Amino acid sequence: MVKEQVVAAIDQGTTSTRCLLFNHAGRMVAVSQLEHRQHYPRPGWVEHDVMEIWRNVERIVPAALREAGLTPDNLAALGIANQRETTVIWNRKTGRPLARAITWQDTRTEPLVEELAAAGKADLIRDICGMPPTTYFAGPRLRWLLDNVPGAREGAEKGDVLFGTMESWLIWQLTGGPAGGSHVTDVTNASRTMLMDIRDLRWDERLLRVLDIPRAMLPEIRPNATVYGSCRTVVPGVPIGGALGDQHAALFGQTCFKPGEAKCTYGTGAFLLMNTGARLATSPHGLIPTIGYVVGDGPPVYALEGSIAVTGSLVQWFRDSLELIDTAPQIESLATSVSDNGGCYIVPAFSGLYAPRWHPDARGVVVGLTSYVTKGHLARAVLEATGWQTREVVDAMNADAPPGLALTRLKVDGGMTANHLLMQFVADVIDVPVERPFVMEAVSLGAAYAAGLAVGYWADLAVLRSNWHRAGLWEPKMDADLRIVEHDNWNRAVERTYDWVRPA
Amino acid sequence: MPGRIQSIERAVAVLRLLDTADQPLELHEIADTLGLARTTTHGIVTTLRELGLVGQIHDHGPMHGRYEVAEAARLFGRGGPDPHELRSLAMNWADSLAAQTGLAVTLGVPTRSDVLVVHHVFRPDGTPQQLAVGQRRPLHASALGKALLAFASSGVRRLQGTELTPYTKRTIRTHQELTDALAAVRQDGFAIEDGELEPDRGAVAAPVQGPGGLAVAAVAAIGRRDELFDGRGQTQQDLVEPLKRTARALSREVRRLW
Repeated sequence: MVKEQVVAAIDQGTTSTRCLLFNHAGRMVAVSQLEHRQHYPRPGWVEHDVMEIWRNVERIVPAALREAGLTPDNLAALGIANQRETTVIWNRKTGRPLARAITWQDTRTEPLVEELAAAGKADLIRDICGMPPTTYFAGPRLRWLLDNVPGAREGAEKGDVLFGTMESWLIWQLTGGPAGGSHVTDVTNASRTMLMDIRDLRWDERLLRVLDIPRAMLPEIRPNATVYGSCRTVVPGVPIGGALGDQHAALFGQTCFKPGEAKCTYGTGAFLLMNTGARLATSPHGLIPTIGYVVGDGPPVYALEGSIAVTGSLVQWFRDSLELIDTAPQIESLATSVSDNGGCYIVPAFSGLYAPRWHPDARGVVVGLTSYVTKGHLARAVLEATGWQTREVVDAMNADAPPGLALTRLKVDGGMTANHLLMQFVADVIDVPVERPFVMEAVSLGAAYAAGLAVGYWADLAVLRSNWHRAGLWEPKMDADLRIVEHDNWNRAVERTYDWVRPA
Repeated sequence: MPGRIQSIERAVAVLRLLDTADQPLELHEIADTLGLARTTTHGIVTTLRELGLVGQIHDHGPMHGRYEVAEAARLFGRGGPDPHELRSLAMNWADSLAAQTGLAVTLGVPTRSDVLVVHHVFRPDGTPQQLAVGQRRPLHASALGKALLAFASSGVRRLQGTELTPYTKRTIRTHQELTDALAAVRQDGFAIEDGELEPDRGAVAAPVQGPGGLAVAAVAAIGRRDELFDGRGQTQQDLVEPLKRTARALSREVRRLW
């Protein structure tokens, strides 16, 4: 009898690491999860202990296999999706990190990024890696570690200290660690370092000079679906076939393989990525041109990315700070207790406005308050804020996408897709159908798909696409005139957030 | 932390059941709906009556006491779990049931007079479908309704005196037929709808049971009649087990939440 074969995905996220197993139909058959500690040594600093995360990986993969009643022999391949831009350095001889990882939420590199801009490097950086210097990216964090961790720079120059984002760290450990582990990264994670040339997909000497990064410490850049090596521990012999940054993994898991196809993952924040095909878009509206994915020896597929800082976290604020609901899903019940927003709008510019508006001095507002407004109207305004922010990113994307590409449907995933009122509102205001697939775990599925493709478990992209099934669909229903009026009200509400914080 | 005290859970389920009933209920109706022994049920209602939370009336003669919630107990609030919380915790389970059976899946909660559909997963074959969330289903003519009638509301009595609207020629017309059908539902642990709402379509539903066994929702798999039932009208076995497993999993989640 043929052994049942499945593909494992490790989703190394911000608060937890999970292992999910998928079968040939793309259905999840098991999941195992462990959370890790968040370290906040100073205001604005957020760190992770990567040894803790590695030990979690050593436990969750066998646990997921146990849950499914399977053994490592049943694993055709393993793929990794990870929190992007989280930066780690470690010693290749001891296998120990030199410091805790600096996570993507950490803002300590602000002065460094301002310095780069002041030194006139912004244009050079944008021309090579596709985006202006910002604190998001891993490169400035690596520079901070080299400058501040004792022994880091000397070790890096001697070739003893290695740099990686989370997928590099995990692949290196899984493939043997100090005993010959593969030191590799994938193009999507590399594209978020500010060190890679986004056109030829190689580390760029000019950028390395600007940030003063020793070449010897960098991992080799590889495609997303390719065999990186075989595991020598945890599940010995199993090939690692895929690695992608989490949002790129979701694009892949949602099978957005054609130019113009787009997905939005709704969590604490939201990330909308559109496939722009072989063409790298430039974005006057401040979206991020990025790598979508690279399969094997194929050409790079580019994407445009727009992120929304505050979506699910606005619902959390409504629950935890205003205490108007006990659980997040209750917001839909409260919102459906009224038929409209009662003239009330909430703009959650909690730490300024980002793409496509770029007003760091903005702060949030609640406008349109009258004695008529109830908590039901506030609940609606909270949900509508996510809808209108999606609309702004979609408008920017349609404006900046290569000619001929425009969003005609939006595939959604993430926890907020459980909220039907919200999904209907998103469809209403972006005026295209919104659809949800069966597997809500698009990030993990994308990592599994890449890994399975690399080893031939799935034959090609067409097979993956045939695994995508619609579980729900929201068609736009809003009257066009009402959409125009409400959009105008939203815009006027947003204008009222500008310039609230005064220059010091 | 010690576990929950079962007799209190059962007492609360009795109170909620009486509270959602349009008329007072007889002892056997309470016992049958919640799946409790009559002696146990008698002990619970007697205690609740002595505590002033349940009233007893004898309008059908001294031997036929019927029970209702006393005013004092109505202060405890009513209703089941928030329907949107229910959807949120049901999503993965419902997706998985639909993927496994190839059928559409819905989740319904009871209202005073019918069933409200709070979640709907398309059948995974790519055919054009529309979300039924927000639609209503009749109690006597839908699988969701019958599963809820059998395990939650006041059973047939609730519909008594009302005309059972016929939707197709297979719709249950008489109260006696409905009583028999609900007894079968309690026996089987699932309810069927065999062309009773739409001629060629059917559904199979199982109750989602909160603390004390009271159904707070029902989950249904929906499809063509020939997909659900064999030539003799028997429900396909490979459908019943996954459906019941899903309902049990949801029941566990609900008890954790509520």
